[in-house]
Amino acid sequence: MSAVWRRLKAFLPPLVFGALFLGAWEGFVVWRKIEPFVLVKPSEVWSAGLDNMQRIVDAMEVTGTNALIGLVAGTLLGCLGALLAAGVRWVGELVNPIAVAVNAIPIVVLIAMFTRLYEADSETPRRIMATLAAFFVVFVNVSRGLRQSSPTQLELMRSFAASPRQQFIKVRLPNAMSFLFTGIRVAAPLTVITAVVAEYFGGNRNGLGASISGFLSISKKDVGLAYVAGASVLGLLFFGFAAVLEYVAVPWQRRRDSR
Amino acid sequence: MTLAVNVTAVDKVFNAGRPNQVDALTDVGLQVTAGEFISLIGPSGCGKSTLLRLIADLLQPTAGTIEVNGKSPRQARLDQDYGMAFQQAGLFEWRSVTKNIELPLELKGWDKAKRHDRALEMLELVKLPDRANAMPWQLSGGQQQRIAIARALAAHPSLLLMDEPFGALDEMTREHMQAELLRICAATQTTVVFVTHSIPEAVYLSDRVVVMSAGPGRITSIIPVGLDRSRDEGTREAKRFYDKITEVREALRGSEVGAGGRDDR
Ligand SMILES: Nc1ncnc2c1ncn2[C@@H]1O[C@H](COP(=O)(O)OP(=O)(O)O)[C@@H](O)[C@H]1O
Ligand SMILES: [Mg+2]
Repeated sequence: MSAVWRRLKAFLPPLVFGALFLGAWEGFVVWRKIEPFVLVKPSEVWSAGLDNMQRIVDAMEVTGTNALIGLVAGTLLGCLGALLAAGVRWVGELVNPIAVAVNAIPIVVLIAMFTRLYEADSETPRRIMATLAAFFVVFVNVSRGLRQSSPTQLELMRSFAASPRQQFIKVRLPNAMSFLFTGIRVAAPLTVITAVVAEYFGGNRNGLGASISGFLSISKKDVGLAYVAGASVLGLLFFGFAAVLEYVAVPWQRRRDSR
Repeated sequence: MTLAVNVTAVDKVFNAGRPNQVDALTDVGLQVTAGEFISLIGPSGCGKSTLLRLIADLLQPTAGTIEVNGKSPRQARLDQDYGMAFQQAGLFEWRSVTKNIELPLELKGWDKAKRHDRALEMLELVKLPDRANAMPWQLSGGQQQRIAIARALAAHPSLLLMDEPFGALDEMTREHMQAELLRICAATQTTVVFVTHSIPEAVYLSDRVVVMSAGPGRITSIIPVGLDRSRDEGTREAKRFYDKITEVREALRGSEVGAGGRDDR
């Protein structure tokens, strides 16, 4: 009961802040009599959203599919990569610096590059970008989980005369699992952002990112912002799903964080 | 009669020959007979944990010899002759309480039914039979520490090595756990080497208190306690208990003075 209340209370400040922010925005536009092509009112965005609901939901589906495929593929590849890097020394020595280097390149540059490599109507470059975004986060997290077990647990395993193989299977691997779910929680909203931004660089016009850039450029700012809101909802859905997954799969991880 | 632990002329130097060299232990000798309860006490950094890890074969001595049950520490470790518990319970978060206790037996290749029975038996011993299916994060600190002790004792080792196992517990829980530990060790005939910061804890638990000092780490005196073996609530109020606390405190103070004297030379 009180736990539920505590959880709700955590959502209260952002909700109140969001409401105040939208109210101030609305008031400001009305008060200064700002033209709609400069800045639209939240109420106009809301009605534009209602008018275009079906199309926004369709676009969320297109972009969401790309993000989801990227999340799943990136997670699988990230796990595989981390296992290889941990298990085979030369792979680790090769992959770790590359991962760090590639991670430092702005993702926009990679998107621009990949988009040119594929047909104009292909969703593939977007999915590859989302995959890459998820891959690095998961790779880094799982690698850390494989390397950083608690010293006490490792000493205990040694005192139990565990072989390196047993230590890997019974301690490092399950420890990496709990880091994996944290990685997915971080990666999930990131794949949405990546999938949205990837649409800015040409290709199909049916996703959220393409619609946002399209409507904003033809001065239908209310519709464009309604699509932005759709992108936020999609990101929150991904994050919420991943957070629940983490909470259920590795409940101790959250407790460790919050301590 | 073989000694449970026999430490002879042991030195331990970390980072030998480098600027950050530490003489963690110098010329340490210690004999522990089977069934005895020994506490190591001394200021932070005097090498208590190092000595315990040497006995456990988690570290190798720089010089000197160590025997556990007449064998090398390595052999004793492979035979699971000892169990270990640390200040951090170190439970495996992804394993239930029972599965945690079973782990050392699982690694030893015990079959499933047998190790499950043993785990339940250990849960009875530490008086937590109803938490068999709980997960570690659902337990209090004191309960986690009990499970850690149950796990350390699961393979019925003859020796229990403990490094400040109650250091993170509140005073009430701590005293309760001390009494429980004595009961368990009496029931299982286990020899114990116990590291602690607390003088009353050392005196209450031990047959002998080993006083150590730092810089370099060494044993300065060994004080026999000789409290009544069947300790009860009254023990902590007995005059002999206080006398021994004073004796250990003075030995600790004396060891610091001694260290200062050495530095003067
Ligand atoms: N692995 C290590 N490497 C270097 N120095 C160490 C290591 N372990 C312990 N020491 C040093 O050895 C000394 C004794 O440490 P320790 O046995 O942990 O002391 P205590 O448990 O009595 O507080 C300390 O000065 C500590 O810094
Ligand atoms: Mg210590």
